[in-house]
Amino acid sequence: MKFRLEKRDYRSTRMAVLVPVVSLLVSFILGAIVLLISDANPFQAYAAMLKGAFGSQTKLQYTLVKSIPLLLCGLAVGIAFRLKFWNIGAEGQYVGGVIGITWVMQFWTFLPTTLLLPVGMVVGILFGAMWGGIPGVLKAQWSVDETLTTLMMNYIIIGFAEYLYFNAWKAPRGNMGTVLYPKEAWLPRIWGRVHGGIFFALILVGILWFVLYKTRWGFELNMIGKNKRAAECQGVSIKKNIILAMLLSGAIAGLAGVIDAAAVTHQLTKGVDSGYGFTGIIIAWMSGLNPIISIIVSVIMAAIETGSDALQMTMKLPNAMGAVLQGLILIPLLAGNIFIEYRLLVIKNRKEVTA
Amino acid sequence: MKKSIVLLLIMLLATSFVFAQGAKEATVSADAPLKVGVIYISPPGDMGYSYMHDQGTIAMEEHFGDKVEVIRMEGIPENESSERVMENLIDEGCKIIFANSYNYQQYMLNVAERYPDVYFEHCSGYLSADNMSNYFGRMYQMRYLSGIIAAEMSSSGKIGFVGAYNTPEVVRGINAFTLGARAVNPDATVTVVWTNTWFDPSLERQGSVALLDQGCDVIAQHQDTTEPAKAAIERGKYAIGYNADFRKIVGDDHVLVSPMWNWGNYMIPAVQSALDGTWESQSYWGGLEDEMIHLSPLSPLVPEAVADEVMSVQDKIHDGEWDVFWGELKDNTGSLRQNTGEKMNDEAMLTMDWFVEGVVGSV
Repeated sequence: MKFRLEKRDYRSTRMAVLVPVVSLLVSFILGAIVLLISDANPFQAYAAMLKGAFGSQTKLQYTLVKSIPLLLCGLAVGIAFRLKFWNIGAEGQYVGGVIGITWVMQFWTFLPTTLLLPVGMVVGILFGAMWGGIPGVLKAQWSVDETLTTLMMNYIIIGFAEYLYFNAWKAPRGNMGTVLYPKEAWLPRIWGRVHGGIFFALILVGILWFVLYKTRWGFELNMIGKNKRAAECQGVSIKKNIILAMLLSGAIAGLAGVIDAAAVTHQLTKGVDSGYGFTGIIIAWMSGLNPIISIIVSVIMAAIETGSDALQMTMKLPNAMGAVLQGLILIPLLAGNIFIEYRLLVIKNRKEVTA
Repeated sequence: MKKSIVLLLIMLLATSFVFAQGAKEATVSADAPLKVGVIYISPPGDMGYSYMHDQGTIAMEEHFGDKVEVIRMEGIPENESSERVMENLIDEGCKIIFANSYNYQQYMLNVAERYPDVYFEHCSGYLSADNMSNYFGRMYQMRYLSGIIAAEMSSSGKIGFVGAYNTPEVVRGINAFTLGARAVNPDATVTVVWTNTWFDPSLERQGSVALLDQGCDVIAQHQDTTEPAKAAIERGKYAIGYNADFRKIVGDDHVLVSPMWNWGNYMIPAVQSALDGTWESQSYWGGLEDEMIHLSPLSPLVPEAVADEVMSVQDKIHDGEWDVFWGELKDNTGSLRQNTGEKMNDEAMLTMDWFVEGVVGSV
C-alpha cells in the first residue's frame, strides 16, 4: 500500500472547515499529554481554564478585552495573507499605532482635550499604515522579500518605542513609561472592563467581510493570491494592490494598538510589544482568512491566555504551561492545512497476473 | 458551515453562563486561613530576584503555618495581564496581595481603587493609596559595601556593572557601588551597560561579556540571573552577586560577595497586621537596622583586612553614624551635586537620575 498526495482541482470547502476544528482537537489532545506528563489531570486543567476564561462576568470581560486587539491583528494579517504577502510585522505596526497616539496625547497640547482621542486615533492608524506600507512598497517596487522586512521592522520600532519610554518621553520619577493620557481622552469602558474598542472591531469585521467578498477589489486581492499571472492577464495591478493591502493591513494593526493604548494602558510603556501581532498570525491562519470566523478564533486564543491563570492558581502548574498549550495549537493546523489543497490517495499494490 | 459556527457560539455562551452562576461569593469563616496572593515578575527558578522573594514568602508561610494560604503567580508580565491576575486572585479569596516588580504599580493602583477591602503591597514603586502600600529596602547600603570589596580585589581598577533599567533604584545602586569602590581606590571606574531587561539570561551574559572585553576584571550586576557573574568567572575574573548568595549557587569562590534581600522581614509583619486587622498604608524603606538587606558571607579569597574594613563601615551604617549619600557629591560630568556636610534626603534618593563621578556611562 502506498500513499500519494494529489493536488485538488478546487480548495476543499469541507476540509477548510474540518482542518481547523480537527487540528484544534488534536492540539488539545497533545496538550493533554503534556499535562499528563506534568502530573496534572487534563480534564481538570481544561475545566479550570474554561472557568478561568469565562467563569464570571469579570473573567469574561477580561477575555473579551484581550480578544479585541487579537481580532484586529488577525484581521490585519489576514488581508496581507490573501495576496500571499507574508506580513509578520503586525506586532511592529501595532507598536507604531501606540507611538502615534501617544505622540498626540502627550505633545499636541494645542488641541482641545475632546479632540485628542479622535486625532490620536487617526495619527496612530497612519503610523501603523506607514510601518506596513514600507515593506509593501519595497516588495512591489523591488521584490524585496517581505517576510524579512516585516519581521525586521518589528525590532526597529520596538527598539524605538523602548528609546521613547526609557528616555525621550519618560515620565518623571523614573517610571518606565510616558505620563498617562488625560482622563477625558480615554476610550471609555462600556461593560465592566470591556471598552468601546469592541465596536470598532466588530464594525471593521463587517466592512472587511463586505469588501473582501462582495466588491471587485476583494475579488482582485483573492485572484492575486490564487494565481498572480492570471490576475496580471486580467489587467489587475499587482504592485498597486500589494501596496494598498499593506497600507490597510498596517492601518488595522495600528488601530489595534491605538485602541489598546486609549482604552487599557493609557500610556506608551514597557510591555507594549505584547505579542498580539504574532498571535494575529495564528488567528488569521485558523480562521482561513475569514473575518467573521476570526471573531471566534480570537476569543478562543484570548481564552487560552486568560484561562491559563487558572493553571497556576488552582492547578499549581508553572506559568510556561499556558504558553506551551497556545504554541501547540499552530502545529497541527499547519500540518493539517495541506489537506485543503491536496488529497491523500491510497494506492493498493496489485499483483500482476501473468497468464 | 455557518450552522457549526452558530452552534459553537451558543455552546461558548451556554458554558459561560453555567460557570457564571457557579461563581458564588466566597464566605470566609473566622478560622479560615487568610489567603495571600503573591505575584512574581519571573519564575522563582531564576535563582535571583523572584527567588529571594519566594524565600521571603516561604519564611512567611512557615511563620504563620495554617493561618495563611498562599497563592503564587509567577512570570506575570508588567502589563494589563497583571491587573487581570490580581482580580483573579481576589476572586479566589485573597485578602492581601504582594507584587514584586516596578511596573505593576499603576495596574495595582487601578485594582486597589476597585477593591477597597483588599490590602495591596507593591514592592519597589512609589505609588500608594489608602489600601495600597509600597515597600523596599536600602539596598544601596549593601551596594556600597560590595563596591569596597570590588575595588580592593580589582587589579586594573576597571569594574563593570550590568544594569537592567535606568530607574532610580538601579542608578542609586550603581552610584553607591561606585562611591564604595572609590572610597578605597580613588582612580577606580565603574563602566555600565544597560540590558533593558530584568530577566534575560542571554542578554545579561552579553552585557557582561562586553564589559570583560573592555578590560573590566570585576563584574557587578543588577539583574535577575547569575549569567553576568558566570561569564566573569569563566574568564577567571571576579564577580559580585545580587539578590541571592551567588557563591553558593554558582559554586565558585570568584564570586566575592552578594548583596542580599530579606523580604520575609517585611512580609511577616505586613501579613500579621492584615490578620490582626491593624493593616495601614505606608511607604516603607527598610535598611540594615531592620535586616531587610544583608551581605552574604564573603568569599575566602577576600583578605581578612578587607573584610574587617567592610564590617566597620557596616557597623557605622547600622548605628546611623553615617550613610552612603552623605557629604560632597559630584556627578560624572564634573558638576557639584551636593555640598560637604549635606545629607541626601529620601526623596532625592528615590528620584535619582544622575551618575556620580567615576561612573562611565549615561542614565
